[in-house]
Amino acid sequence: MMPDLGRYAVEVTLAYAVSLALLATLVGWVWLRGRRVRRALADIEARAGRKG
Amino acid sequence: MTPTPRPSLWEYANPVKFMRLSDWLLPLTAWLAAAAIAVGLVWGFFLTPDDFRQGSTVKIIFLHVPSALMAINAWAMMLVASLVWLIRRHHVSALAARAAGPVGAMMTLIALFTGAIWGQPMWGTWWAWDPRLTSFLILFLFYLGYIALWSAIEDPDTAADLTAVLCIVGSVFAVLSRYAAIFWNQGLHQGASLSVAPGTRMDWAYKAPLYVSMTGFGLLFLALVLAGTRTEIRARRMKALINRERMQG
Repeated sequence: MMPDLGRYAVEVTLAYAVSLALLATLVGWVWLRGRRVRRALADIEARAGRKG
Repeated sequence: MTPTPRPSLWEYANPVKFMRLSDWLLPLTAWLAAAAIAVGLVWGFFLTPDDFRQGSTVKIIFLHVPSALMAINAWAMMLVASLVWLIRRHHVSALAARAAGPVGAMMTLIALFTGAIWGQPMWGTWWAWDPRLTSFLILFLFYLGYIALWSAIEDPDTAADLTAVLCIVGSVFAVLSRYAAIFWNQGLHQGASLSVAPGTRMDWAYKAPLYVSMTGFGLLFLALVLAGTRTEIRARRMKALINRERMQG
């Protein structure tokens, strides 16, 4: 299944592995931060609602 | 009879309308981005032939060119959003520029990394103080400075003003990153990989998956900026509620 990358196999594989890892880190960071802020806002709004 | 008002782009400067729009646009762009990136990279990695001169390293182009393109386009988008903030004081545009900062920085990092790893076997060096490489490195430093400046200033409007000015100054390097190879016509880096000018050499075997990958990176940028802007809007509201609680004692 893996294509024959010849003598540049290390460079090409490393480029793909590191770039995909960086993209996954970015997507994960944006998603986790979004979730954290959304939950924190919901808590504060609920507290503000109770106080009237 | 009253005429129906024409819809305007400025309506989305309203956070509520922006949230409503991004509610359905975000999942759509995220899924399309995932699909386009998967197709572009699988096609590029598994199904393209080796180049007669560069061997299998040509496959790095499907990461390098889209990330470099988005690194520059992200700064261009930040510039437009910053100008909208400075001229019309729409908060959503300032928050969208802030959300684009980390995405652009990561795209620049990927472009620098894939460029270095591609350059080593082709040029015999990981790095050279070539005009395009150097201007890209400076662009990356501008991204870091931009992100740091947003975090360093407590008052959001002052932060938006100062980062907008930094963005305008940094645009010089974004332009240089794009056109450095043409301005100086020297250094190791080749000219534009894709061009509408006659005589461009790239075969469709590479061009087709490259276009798909570029579309995917563009959609990913859009999805991440939409998600980041939604988070910034919520964070701004959270801050306002906390301040109100404090004032009420």
